Amino acid sequence: MANPTGFLEIERQDRGYDKPDLRRRHWKEFVKPMPAEQVSRQAARCMDCGIPFCHQGCPVNNMIPDWNNLVYRDQWRQALTVLHSTNNFPEFTGRICPAPCEAACTLNIDDNPVTIKTIECSIVDRGWAEGWIAPLPPARATGKRVAVVGSGPAGLACAQQLARAGHDVTVFEKNNRIGGLLRYGIPDFKMEKHLIDRRISQMEAEGVTFRTNVEIGAGAITVDSLLDDHDAVVLAGGAEWPRDLPVPGRELDGVHFAMDYLVQQNKRGAGDPEAHAAPNGSITAAGKHVVVIGGGDTGSDCIGTAFRQGAASVVQLEILPKPPERENKELTWPDWPLKLRTSHAHEEGAERDWSVVTRRFAANNGRVEALEGARVEWVKGDDGRVQMRDVPGGDFRLKADLVLLAMGFLGPQRPGMLEQSGLELDGRGNVAANAADYRTSMEKVFAAGDMRRGQSLVVWAIREGRQCARAVDSFLMGSSLLPS
Amino acid sequence: MELVAKQGLYDPQNEHDACGVGFVANIKGRKSHDLIRQGLKILVNLDHRGAVGADPLVGDGAGCLIQMPDRLLHDWADKAGKRLPRPGRYAVAMCFLPRDERARAYAEKLVSDVVTREGQAVLGWRDVPTDQTGLGQRVIETMPVIRQAIITASSAIKDQDAFERKILAIRKQILNNVRTLEDKRHLPGLGDLYMPSFSTRTVVYKGLLLAPQVESFYEDLRNPLTESALALVHQRFSTNTFPSWKLAHPYRFLAHNGEINTVRGNVNWMYARRRSMESALLGADLDKMWPLIPHGQSDTACIDNALEILIAGGYSLAHAMMMLIPEAWAGNPLMDGDRKAFYEYYAALMEPWDGPAAIAFTDGRQIGATLDRNGLRPARYVVTDDDHVIMASEAGVLPVPEERIVHKWRLQPGKMLLIDLEEGRIIADDEVKAKLASAHPYADWLKETQFRLEELPDAGDRGGLPRPNDVETLLHHQQAFGYTQEDIQFFLEPMAKEGDDPVGSMGTDTPIAVLSDKPKLLYNYFKQNFAQVTNPPIDPIREELVMSLVSIIGPRPNLLGHHAGNHYRLEVSQPILTNADLDKIKSIDSLEVGAFKAATIDTTWPATDGAEGMQRAVERICREATDAVLADHNILILSDRGVGPHRIPVPALLATGAVHHHLIRQGLRDQVGLVVESGEPREVHHFCVLAGYGAEAINPYLAFDTLEQIRVQNGLPLKAYEVQKNYIKAIGKGILKVISKMGISTYQSYCGAQIFDAVGLSSELVEQCFTRTATTIEGVGFLQIAQETVQRHKNAYDSNPIFQDMLDVGGDYAFRLRGEAHAWTPDTVGKLQHAVRGNSFATFREYTKVINDQSVRHLTIRGLMQLHPAEAPVPIEEVEPASSIVKRFATGAMSFGSISREAHTTLAIAMNRIGGKSNTGEGGEESDRYKTLPNGDSMRSAIKQVASGRFGVTAEYLVNADDLQIKMAQGAKPGEGGQLPGRKVDKNIARVRYSTPGVGLISPPPHHDIYSIEDLAQLIHDLKNANPKARVSVKLVSEVGVGTVAAGVSKARADHVTISGFEGGTGASPLTSLTHAGSPWEIGLAETQQTLVLNGLRGRIAVQVDGGLRTGRDVVIGALLGADEFGFSTAPLIAAGCIMMRKCHLNTCPVGIATQDPVLRAKFTGTPEHVINFFFYIAEEVRELMAQLGFRSFAEMVGRVDRLDAQPAVEHWKAKGVDLSKILYQVAPKPEVAIHNRERQDHHLDRALDNIFIALAKPALERGEPVRIEHEIRNVNRTVGTMLSGEVAKRYGHTGLPDDTIAINLRGTAGGSFGTFLAHGITLNLTGDANDYVGKGLSGGRVVVRQPPEANRDPLENIIIGNTVLYGAIAGEAYFNGVAGERFAVRNSGAVAVVEGCGDHGCEYMTGGVVVVLGATGRNFAAGMSGGIAYVYDEQARFKSLCNLAGVDLEPIAPPELGIADPSNRPRQRAVSVEDSGMGDPLRYDAERLRILIERHLLYTGSERARELLDDWENALARFVKVVPRDFRRALLDLRAEQETAKTVAAD
Repeated sequence: MANPTGFLEIERQDRGYDKPDLRRRHWKEFVKPMPAEQVSRQAARCMDCGIPFCHQGCPVNNMIPDWNNLVYRDQWRQALTVLHSTNNFPEFTGRICPAPCEAACTLNIDDNPVTIKTIECSIVDRGWAEGWIAPLPPARATGKRVAVVGSGPAGLACAQQLARAGHDVTVFEKNNRIGGLLRYGIPDFKMEKHLIDRRISQMEAEGVTFRTNVEIGAGAITVDSLLDDHDAVVLAGGAEWPRDLPVPGRELDGVHFAMDYLVQQNKRGAGDPEAHAAPNGSITAAGKHVVVIGGGDTGSDCIGTAFRQGAASVVQLEILPKPPERENKELTWPDWPLKLRTSHAHEEGAERDWSVVTRRFAANNGRVEALEGARVEWVKGDDGRVQMRDVPGGDFRLKADLVLLAMGFLGPQRPGMLEQSGLELDGRGNVAANAADYRTSMEKVFAAGDMRRGQSLVVWAIREGRQCARAVDSFLMGSSLLPS
Repeated sequence: MELVAKQGLYDPQNEHDACGVGFVANIKGRKSHDLIRQGLKILVNLDHRGAVGADPLVGDGAGCLIQMPDRLLHDWADKAGKRLPRPGRYAVAMCFLPRDERARAYAEKLVSDVVTREGQAVLGWRDVPTDQTGLGQRVIETMPVIRQAIITASSAIKDQDAFERKILAIRKQILNNVRTLEDKRHLPGLGDLYMPSFSTRTVVYKGLLLAPQVESFYEDLRNPLTESALALVHQRFSTNTFPSWKLAHPYRFLAHNGEINTVRGNVNWMYARRRSMESALLGADLDKMWPLIPHGQSDTACIDNALEILIAGGYSLAHAMMMLIPEAWAGNPLMDGDRKAFYEYYAALMEPWDGPAAIAFTDGRQIGATLDRNGLRPARYVVTDDDHVIMASEAGVLPVPEERIVHKWRLQPGKMLLIDLEEGRIIADDEVKAKLASAHPYADWLKETQFRLEELPDAGDRGGLPRPNDVETLLHHQQAFGYTQEDIQFFLEPMAKEGDDPVGSMGTDTPIAVLSDKPKLLYNYFKQNFAQVTNPPIDPIREELVMSLVSIIGPRPNLLGHHAGNHYRLEVSQPILTNADLDKIKSIDSLEVGAFKAATIDTTWPATDGAEGMQRAVERICREATDAVLADHNILILSDRGVGPHRIPVPALLATGAVHHHLIRQGLRDQVGLVVESGEPREVHHFCVLAGYGAEAINPYLAFDTLEQIRVQNGLPLKAYEVQKNYIKAIGKGILKVISKMGISTYQSYCGAQIFDAVGLSSELVEQCFTRTATTIEGVGFLQIAQETVQRHKNAYDSNPIFQDMLDVGGDYAFRLRGEAHAWTPDTVGKLQHAVRGNSFATFREYTKVINDQSVRHLTIRGLMQLHPAEAPVPIEEVEPASSIVKRFATGAMSFGSISREAHTTLAIAMNRIGGKSNTGEGGEESDRYKTLPNGDSMRSAIKQVASGRFGVTAEYLVNADDLQIKMAQGAKPGEGGQLPGRKVDKNIARVRYSTPGVGLISPPPHHDIYSIEDLAQLIHDLKNANPKARVSVKLVSEVGVGTVAAGVSKARADHVTISGFEGGTGASPLTSLTHAGSPWEIGLAETQQTLVLNGLRGRIAVQVDGGLRTGRDVVIGALLGADEFGFSTAPLIAAGCIMMRKCHLNTCPVGIATQDPVLRAKFTGTPEHVINFFFYIAEEVRELMAQLGFRSFAEMVGRVDRLDAQPAVEHWKAKGVDLSKILYQVAPKPEVAIHNRERQDHHLDRALDNIFIALAKPALERGEPVRIEHEIRNVNRTVGTMLSGEVAKRYGHTGLPDDTIAINLRGTAGGSFGTFLAHGITLNLTGDANDYVGKGLSGGRVVVRQPPEANRDPLENIIIGNTVLYGAIAGEAYFNGVAGERFAVRNSGAVAVVEGCGDHGCEYMTGGVVVVLGATGRNFAAGMSGGIAYVYDEQARFKSLCNLAGVDLEPIAPPELGIADPSNRPRQRAVSVEDSGMGDPLRYDAERLRILIERHLLYTGSERARELLDDWENALARFVKVVPRDFRRALLDLRAEQETAKTVAAD
């Protein structure tokens, strides 16, 4: 254990960041790394619990107390080894993970969790800086060929694990760059994309082949041909089918899916020419009154992006009621609690409103001009279910030049690969496979990540990728030494 | 006389006994019949030390040994027309013959045949006349035919001793084969042929009799022709009640009160001598006698066998006893050199028979008695002016007028009382021993033949400190031996830094090894045994003087050789060898004497052979061992240094056990020493198991390599040798702790003693490598052990990415991914808490589902069981309501001190609301909690625990209880004491524990008033007297044999017994004990139920189970296995907010439970409702299952093991070998035998003197009027004053009555526990003497014992009270006009006492009060004393060498202080109140205080010594020494400073 009484003596401190005024002016990461000594001090707050709830709170089961202790003892390199033993990409999760581990931290009973995410990020950043992170090519090749479809976090984690087990892995990506949602869903100010490139290089050195601009089922390569060429196929294509808002005015110019908006900006940021970045026309918030519909992380990303583009105002609407400021720890801890979460983007000046529905979009010359909505309340019905009810006199109108729909995703895209293959789907429209062997209804075909589990966190995607790799390896070799 | 056969989990081998022993002898050897009558009277007066079983007419056996009744036999011979030779030329074989006539005829013929074959003659058979009047039916049914064979010596026999040797050879040949013959010849009962005695000098009359029946049954004993100069008698208290005539004592040479803990090893070692033992005296006859000690006998029978062979081999009686039970010589600076050399010399010949023992022995010429090295049994004797010696377990068993007694004394630890009837005198201990020690030049012999490893030259530059291999090789080695990160984090690093065995908290919730998915080390299949009830554990720290780690690395000299010859021996001061040490042994051949030849045997096998190769490798190793011994190698080194990518190491324990037993079977083991060189052992437990199976020394080379790596990598500020030294120290301390738990004090007798249960090993494997270790549930064999080993090897050398640069995480001590499975996980803890807080039974079901579902992960034995539903389930509405079921639930013993007041009271309120019971734990209870709160709630704990520290155990505490629980052991650390560090003792805790804030408190490992089963019976009786309404409960921990102990507990009249599983545990304990001591409750509970039912004892005792109960299913399985009630600790704590931090030992509990830190305590959020929800949810689940099983009432379900099956489909690679049939065995039900608690015990309280006192004291009790009472008292009047004190405490609380309100004057000898818990206001004034436990738990009363005026003895040399006086005394005064036994004022909290001398361990663990000793003390005074003060009159100026100075300072007496000190701090002439003895500031006013106390002593006792001292006060003062504990002084100074500051602040 780091320091038995550290949690009583040391205050929680987290990374610093640029003030909103400053950060709204650039696209760089604005959260500042914490000096090593301070990280070490924060690590001393870890109590090395007999049951480390963080460990379970974390979907990849990061061995948090172990690396906290090592960081406290200044044994960063060992800490990195331990960290990598459960997580292929801690530099991603160290930046963009909502950190369910911290919610589960024992010190969070008093709202003072260990700054686990910061420590994680420090370890891996230091690892890269010191040159400790090198490719780990397999000792022996198995001669087995595996195709991984999709290069988001699930596909990448899966590919890296399989390559390290000695398999010949090819990753297929429909976009022009590797990374999936990691690259095109997450704004640069939350995570700069050179971090992805660095991992790609490592993976290439470990033997992974990346093929971009290949959409399976849409072009030359069909599911069948993929199966012919490979001993196993992993589908990790994500859950990209956005939830729509079928109200009058949805078709208006200026009403867009959040992802269309975010991808454009990310491509722009990566240096793509506008024609490539926005082949169907640019969407920009510059000078506009922006309304983001949907109160989740994607919505937040839209807010931050809009401010950086120079939005005049940003309002975020949520259909559900405002969650409590502080959760009832007695009934939620160590689980991920429903509570009011204020993101960095919110601090940059967005207004938020809850329990509102959108009735229609008002137009001016085919362009959206305003959103007409209504207040609702949520009450328990006779059957015990909570139902939505209009609040009398709650109608309102909101100025809106740009409306971004960030209401979540319904599952993987059906056209193309899935329809072509005839894979069985589960009740929620995801590819049917369990989390033990990850096998789909087709022989040799596995599914992992959002494509299997539905919309979720990057860290869940990494977990699925790793576990799926182990399942594929077992399938190919009879047993597997890959850790889950 | 058939014993109940081994069945289910019951095994007659586990039976224990203890008892009362005594003798009377005429020193001058004058034989008389009257002396026999006196002996029998002793027996009757010891009756209360024995026991009766379910049938009050069936005792446990009693008997009497006398000298050869020559006149009686002449009478018989004359009548039979035979010619009896002169005494010494004939022998009498007392025979218990089979009842079956054919078998009996055969047996008699067998006797004749062997006698004739050996050249002697049978003169005839004499029927022993018996009278069955008054015997119980079962006794008569099992009664053997009792006849004496009279054997005459042939002329070839030259003397009586030669004849004795011959008849020994005859007896061995007759008896050693009868079992085999019974089967071969189909002669039922032949195997029971037994000879209680066969001697030319003595005859034993014994049987399954009650004490008074010995006389009535054996007419010989009433026949005036029967004469003897000695009578040795014994009354047995056995844990079981199966009729057995032959288990009664005396045996042929001795009678025993106590227990031989090391008996398994002693018997093995005796067997191992077969080829090395020879005797000029016995010659060829020796070979006919094997086995010298047959297996399957009682421990006493075994030591009797050992004694007789030593005597036959030419040792004198006293000499042989000194070899078998040596005094603690190794660490005794006061022992003279010759005697030390004597003991050291014989240490190599005979490993001590270790355990608490008072043994009376005789060969018919001499009679004597000796005590074990620690003096753990009482023995008192008197010498009369008409040449009689009367010795017994108690004083007063044979009343003799005081004026006729010339000397009253006691046996002292390791000391011997010897009376030579031929010489006609008592030979003093010093004289016997000096004579024997100087008979041979032992010191010279040692000089010539003994080599100490430390003194041998280094083997050259091969030795030295470990040079760690390159990182990768080291990692591979660590992985091949299964090292985990936890080994480093929790064991090696702390040990390297602190030199201590590390501590953890909250028990264990991982699967036992056989159920684990992980490859577990073989050590994990062994659970340490520990002493409970039948013998006491030892405190290896405070009583270090009896402990020794010395090991002798074979070969062992000829036991019966009487010269040193050229038998060289190699001694090590402790068994852990550094690499340099091992190198010395490896190169020992080069020593010039040519004494030693070492052979190294490779214990690795080729990886290419796979798992199947291991068994072959073990066979190869054994073969090579035999070859090496036959080639004259006398040290074998089993080495796995060959480990590498291509060689797999056989588990070191397997190799060791296999070779050890292989060599024993071949009779070669004694010719060779066994040394283990292995990378595998690293924890204390590992070394212990290796030692238990024969390793005399161990070199853990990889542990050393790893320590060095840790040192460098983690930058420890220590040198390499310091790290090694600390580690070796930690292991040594740990080993001592483990062996002391069993009451064993030396490594040498622990070595090979096999003090373990196997859990999850197949019988086949055990029989071959761990012969005769109990294995109850079967399990893995060679192949699975090999698979586990291969798996570790693969982890090291295969390309598993996880193990590329990391050790396995372990996950045993904390939950981890890829680690061991746990019952308590983030998921289960979270669900349970959400359920009870959110009132959601649905969530609770989710919680229990996760725990109960063991289809994927196995956690517990009960997980392998399934419930057998009824054909006709009952509707749930008809099932007993939950509100009634919860009354069977209790929370576990957690002390206020270990947990916060908030947590403690929350549990109490919850349990009181639902009618269940909460438990105080050790440490008292604040008396404000006895009052009901305004809202009707009560914080009073229904169960009051009485643990070894007796903290806060006052009469008031006891009367405020529904149950009084004697904690014999606790699941997390059975056999160990505890320690509350000073920093946790804040003012509140100190107040309820009657101690000083800031001073650490020690709970000793044993209860110092329970060293055996009859002692427990006494304590039960004491507690019952204090509070007759409360149930008395005894808490035991599951281990093989616990059922037998439980049967004993039931016979000792406990109302309730708790069987705890090893999993349990909510406090801090050494990790070694937490994980490796005790076994799962399923095993212990099932054994308990089976044994109690077999004995017909089940109905009168309630059985509770605890230790890891978590769900309704657990409760139902517990009930079906036989539990009436259920204890929960961890689960309700979790309901109240515990999150299994496992940091209880650090006081940093972040949820305010296991902490006293006010900041953290404020974080406690648990409520009684949470706890209540938990218990009701459990009860609801129980009801659902009861409905399915078809039970309407809970009581119907108890013991219905027929409703449990083993899971049919266990496919686990290891668990599939588990066989639950012994656990699920059902004792054939008989309608009259209860299988659940339905009766009450009869405590015989109606016989107590206190009934009279209470009646007479009515005016005092009701109106506080003074009362005077006069009465006689005898040794059978036990626990006098206690029931009366309970009455006082009920009415007046701890404050009691005004001083001296009830004054009781008594004359005679008081029985045990005189004045126990005596309340304030009562004075017991005894003229005479008293037995053990006087003033135990004294609660404010006054006890005076003074010598009668007619006695003409010097009180300073006269024992007046027994052992363990004032144990746990809280307040009050005691004055003793004579000498006390051992452990005077042990754990005294506040009593003030004056005594005129005391035995060893005086003032041990004392935490408060004032003790004055006016005469000599024994050794180890003030060991573990952390508070209070003592004054010792040190006339000879030798006290310093007798005092244990580890924690105390000795000071001169401060002169009287003149001037005006604060008068409130000065000592007063009278006590101020029950809380304040009036002794003033303990750091000052010594002279005043001493004077007051000695004046009071004179006043109450009329002591001559007191008068002399007062008459010459100035000189007397100069000879007094003050004993002050250092911590106590520091704490008092701190308090004083605090008060000064407060005053200053107030003044400002």
